[in-house]
Amino acid sequence: MTVMQHVWIVLGVLFVLLNIAAGLIWVERRMLAMWQDRLGPNRAGPLGILIVLADTLKLFFKEDWIPPFADKWVFIVAPAVVVGSVLMSFVIIPFTPQIIVSDLNVGILFFLAMSSLGVYSIVLGGWASNNKYSLLGAMRGASQMIAYEVFMGLSLMGVVMLTGSFKLGDIVNAQKDMWFVVKQPLGLILFFIAGIAETHRLPFDIPEAESELVAGYHSEYSGMKFGMFFIGEYLGITLISAVTVTMFFGGWLGWSFLPPWAWFFLKTFAFILFFILLRASLPRPRYDQLMETGWKILLPLALANLMITGAVALLIRG
Amino acid sequence: MFSHIRTIWLTFLHLFKRHVTIQYPEEKIRLRPRWRGRIVLTKDPDGGERCVGCYLCAVACPVDCIALQATEDENGRRYPEFFRINFSRCIFCGYCEDACPTYAIQLIPDFEMGEYNRQNLVFEKEDLLINSQGKYPGYNFYKVAGMDAGVKQKGEGENEDAPVDVHSLMP
Amino acid sequence: MFIHIDNKTYTVKAGKNLLEACLTLDLDLPYFCWHPAMGSVGACRQCAVKVYKDENDMKGRLVMSCMETVTEGLRLSIEDKTAKAFREQVIEWLMTNHPHDCPVCDEGGACHLQDMTVMTGHDYRRYNYKKRTYTNQYLGPLINHEMNRCIQCYRCVRYYRDYAGGDDLNVFAAHNHVYFGREKDGVLQSPFSGNLSEVCPTGVFTDKTLKEHYTRKWDLTMAPSVCNHCSVGCNTIAAERYGQLRCMLNRYNGDVNGYFLCDRGRFGYEFVNSENRIKQALIRSRTNEAATESEIMEHVQSLISMSKVVGIGSPRASLESNFALMQLVGKENFYQGISEDEAHLNRLVVEMLRSGCVHSVSLKEIEQADAVLIIGEDIWNTAPMMALAVRQAVVKTAASQASQEIKIPVWLDSAIKELAQEEKGFLATLTIATSPIDDIATHSWHAAPDDLARLGFAIASYLQPGKIVNTDFSEALLDKAKKIGDALKKAKNPVVITGTSCYNDNVIKAAFDVAVALNTGERKTSFSCVMTECNSMGLAMMGSPSFSVANENIKTNGHATAVILENDVYKHIPSANADEFFNSCDHVIVLDALHNATTEKAQVLLPAATFADGDGTLVNNEGRAQRFFQVIPNTTSQVQESWRWLKKLQTLKLHTLNGHALHPDDLLREMETALPQFEGITNVSPKHDFTIHGEKIPREPHRYSGRTAILANKNVSEPKPFNDGDSPLSFTMEGYKGTPPSGVVPFFWSPGWNSVQSVNKYQEETNGALRGGNPGLQLFKNKSDARDLFFNDVPESFVVAKDRWLLLPKYDALGSGELSSYTAALKTLSPQPFASMSTGSLQALNAKDGDMLQIVDAGIMYGSLPVKADENVCDGVVLVTAGLRESMGMSWGTRVQIKK
Repeated sequence: MTVMQHVWIVLGVLFVLLNIAAGLIWVERRMLAMWQDRLGPNRAGPLGILIVLADTLKLFFKEDWIPPFADKWVFIVAPAVVVGSVLMSFVIIPFTPQIIVSDLNVGILFFLAMSSLGVYSIVLGGWASNNKYSLLGAMRGASQMIAYEVFMGLSLMGVVMLTGSFKLGDIVNAQKDMWFVVKQPLGLILFFIAGIAETHRLPFDIPEAESELVAGYHSEYSGMKFGMFFIGEYLGITLISAVTVTMFFGGWLGWSFLPPWAWFFLKTFAFILFFILLRASLPRPRYDQLMETGWKILLPLALANLMITGAVALLIRG
Repeated sequence: MFSHIRTIWLTFLHLFKRHVTIQYPEEKIRLRPRWRGRIVLTKDPDGGERCVGCYLCAVACPVDCIALQATEDENGRRYPEFFRINFSRCIFCGYCEDACPTYAIQLIPDFEMGEYNRQNLVFEKEDLLINSQGKYPGYNFYKVAGMDAGVKQKGEGENEDAPVDVHSLMP
Repeated sequence: MFIHIDNKTYTVKAGKNLLEACLTLDLDLPYFCWHPAMGSVGACRQCAVKVYKDENDMKGRLVMSCMETVTEGLRLSIEDKTAKAFREQVIEWLMTNHPHDCPVCDEGGACHLQDMTVMTGHDYRRYNYKKRTYTNQYLGPLINHEMNRCIQCYRCVRYYRDYAGGDDLNVFAAHNHVYFGREKDGVLQSPFSGNLSEVCPTGVFTDKTLKEHYTRKWDLTMAPSVCNHCSVGCNTIAAERYGQLRCMLNRYNGDVNGYFLCDRGRFGYEFVNSENRIKQALIRSRTNEAATESEIMEHVQSLISMSKVVGIGSPRASLESNFALMQLVGKENFYQGISEDEAHLNRLVVEMLRSGCVHSVSLKEIEQADAVLIIGEDIWNTAPMMALAVRQAVVKTAASQASQEIKIPVWLDSAIKELAQEEKGFLATLTIATSPIDDIATHSWHAAPDDLARLGFAIASYLQPGKIVNTDFSEALLDKAKKIGDALKKAKNPVVITGTSCYNDNVIKAAFDVAVALNTGERKTSFSCVMTECNSMGLAMMGSPSFSVANENIKTNGHATAVILENDVYKHIPSANADEFFNSCDHVIVLDALHNATTEKAQVLLPAATFADGDGTLVNNEGRAQRFFQVIPNTTSQVQESWRWLKKLQTLKLHTLNGHALHPDDLLREMETALPQFEGITNVSPKHDFTIHGEKIPREPHRYSGRTAILANKNVSEPKPFNDGDSPLSFTMEGYKGTPPSGVVPFFWSPGWNSVQSVNKYQEETNGALRGGNPGLQLFKNKSDARDLFFNDVPESFVVAKDRWLLLPKYDALGSGELSSYTAALKTLSPQPFASMSTGSLQALNAKDGDMLQIVDAGIMYGSLPVKADENVCDGVVLVTAGLRESMGMSWGTRVQIKK
């Protein structure tokens, strides 16, 4: 591939991702409304889609305010970290066999590394805000993300074992006969739960828990800096969905009446909707319950999954 | 664990339920006569102001958004010299209507009071007074009250004996 | 003494009745006919409780708690079912005829009947028959009558006739037709009629001046205040709404006015709302007279720094204001704004009270006196509440003597009255003319001031022979002196009352000598001297020279700027002298609240606060310093207390303006240092930063309504609540909800007790002192070691001159107030100006009743007045209605010529 092609891919991926993230504002509000027997935003533009524009404009025109008691530079950097780290993760996602920014041979490790960087934005944002609610949110966020990161990686190792490669392209290709969801159902469930926790989406939105902590680590944020956290969250959903699809649902693979990118997109979108459905239906667990489940149940399960997968793989090969 | 899945499933099924949203302002809801909307001051069957300026609505108001001043005409009939409701504070709780001993203040089924300027939400007596008896036709406080305020003489009210003749020696 | 109420043991005071005991213990027990100041008659049957023989008695018997005395170990039940049902039925009967008009009744929200109905639990009318009605009467411009509401408790006639001695309100007809009113329509004659509105437990008698701008009690911003209309200093509650003073209510002070006020005090508040108020600072003789505060400060600053400045104080301005003026002009340039004659008398009174030879007596103590001697003062008209106290002394002395004889408790009103019949305690009134109080006097004698003084000295000489020299008294005089002296000698608690109103120092000296002669080893005789204005005593205690001295100084030295503080000089000084003064001044700066003759002379006029829009301290004739508090929040106009204006000028002059807030506390502290006679004055009230649990005391009741609508017509965004920071009171409804210290009680309210009857909850015991002691600070300390002093200054007896008449003032209880005359109602009730003379004098003048006479004094012609013949005025004396505009600045106490 030429350099120009690379540039086009990067720009294209960026363009699509940012639009999806923005569009999710509308999707989420409409879907939540549907599940609650309402209509949701339906006034601006066809089906209310221009709410995205309206919301974005609103965010841009809001007063960009930094509290006088905040640590100014850290306060500004924090929201950029979250968007940056999530966007970086997309580097290794194979949208189609051709459209991939860089099919690293340590693909999954890169993804895990990048997603764990996201915790910095929460900790820094909460710390810099110099507000007790923000700090509490940040502390919760840090411990939650560290706890769930551990078995997030482990839950993916089953797939890696079966494939024998960290390269996501190889993993997708290894699913030509059968999606890994069949061989690794526990791995999928564990990864998905960890994914929700990593993106701190509902029901695991403990770092921002508005009923206890106002808005947690981003209490003090407003305007576009708040918008960055917002976008970061939607990008996170998209990323986890895309990785799930890649790892367990055959990525771009599908019947030939649709092009590979469409398959990828459809599958990813289904998971995004599932994220929203979870938000519509499940209540938030208590903080201690969350930590207990993570360390005492999910981590052992992930280890067991790894051992059994390893044992079975050895048996079959043996 | 199962209950969680069931919850998710049930929530999902709501995708196929009817929406409850009413597309206001194209569609309008039917408001019942006792719906608590805009506050008005009504008149009695004889066309006189019902409000007697007793201040009970003002004291009942939890947001203290009613202010008035009572005054009297030459017959001793009380009426408000001014009567002001700050609708930008009103919470439409209807306590004022409950407190009103003369059925003067009433909440009517009209809520379309949006304004771009908050100052326009301050209503004076001229804005509140309507030429109607509202929900309670036929009531005239001064006919049942003991006082003679130009509506009836002493003893001519409902359930009243003729005034006592102090000079009478009859038992 | 222990009693058991609902199986709980309480300690109570012996001699009380059960109702008083329960109320003192803060228990809620309904009542109507009982009044703490008037005792029990057991008429309304509302206070029923069950009394049990002993702990084994399960049945008990119903008794009226107001009619039973507490006994040791008594068991009673308030909560008993039968008692409760009985009380509920009683109120149900009372309500069968009560009209359906609470919404238009002025009592509503402060109504004892409403409170008691709620307390007993009666909530549903079962009686479906017709209601009795009555026609109303016109009772004058002060009191409104709505007889339908009456519940026949008889409190009104008991108060009006028995307590206040009026005779034109009575009860007529019989059985369920009884009617409380006058024989026919007409103005109530008693100057204490206003109290009917507080005595009546419902809305039969209500305040007619309040009706003009009616506000419910819960909507009033209230503050403790002190009456401005005479020298007695009754405690009042000033009440504001929408920036206007709406009414004055009684503020209980066990040592001063108790439960009542006179009509001048209660209704004389309208001057605060008057159109005659000065609201704008003016610099006269320039195109735009209105000036901003900074402009006027600069202007005044330049005026007072140019030439010598003379300060003229005022007997009706607060201590703070007078002192601030003294500070501004310097002690040597500060003068009292009253004539030398009056200042001399006031100095004399201060000297007497300070000597410690006599006890400066409070109204409460006057009420408890068993013999009263009044020399030379018509207290009914110059200090009405003192007259009411004297009446209680006279009526109750007989009662308490009677009750001791046959062991009837003093509160058992009807029995006591039955026993005492017409018997009365001793009262001697020695005055220049008749007064309504003469009706209850044992001796009354009317003579010229010098003769009154001679009788006084004769009494003193009779009491302590040899102490008075120059005793060439006539037989008749000695005979009178003996009678009065004997009665006073017998008394345990005699009181001698005099006053400055006959402008004769001998009268006051004679009264003082009688008091001193009555001293026994352990007891100093109670002595009281009525003065002219609400702060006459305070001003006199500052010990500055009089206006006349100021006038002399300016005439000799010339070139001075005069700063005149809240004083209409023309009221105190003959107009020629006043004109002379103003003509010799370079500049005249006047601070006042109302336009008057003096403010017309002002080149610079500063709007001063009245008692309602400012804070300050007044000293009453007893020497009791009392604090009044601002009640009208001042957010827009330039009106501010005189002391604030003056203090600002001073800081500007000394360049010490450091932006510090200025409080009356600071002024009083400086005053204590500068004038040691005011030692302790800083303790007159809690300091401005006083809080309870960090909370200020709210001036508004917690039900105050309309906060978000009152100013919404001007701007929908509410302004921050006004806060003057001068006192521990706030201008909001937020703050401490319990009982505040007695001096800063802004209103009386207690859960379930919305009417004035809630004062029970603020007292240590019913009819006793307020919790924490009655407010006010006595500045004259009793000195046990003071040696008895006699003035011993017997004047020659009065000689009738051929064409010279002694000019003396005749006061009127309602009409004589300078400020109260701005109330339209009181204005209509005050007499048209007239002169009265004896028939003998009229013959000498060759005039007859109704002729117009003109008074001429040293070449000054006063307006002509109709003359009335009065055989009680002695020959050679002319009395002229005082305090009215027509008789301003007359030289009282001098001999004048009279022309037809």
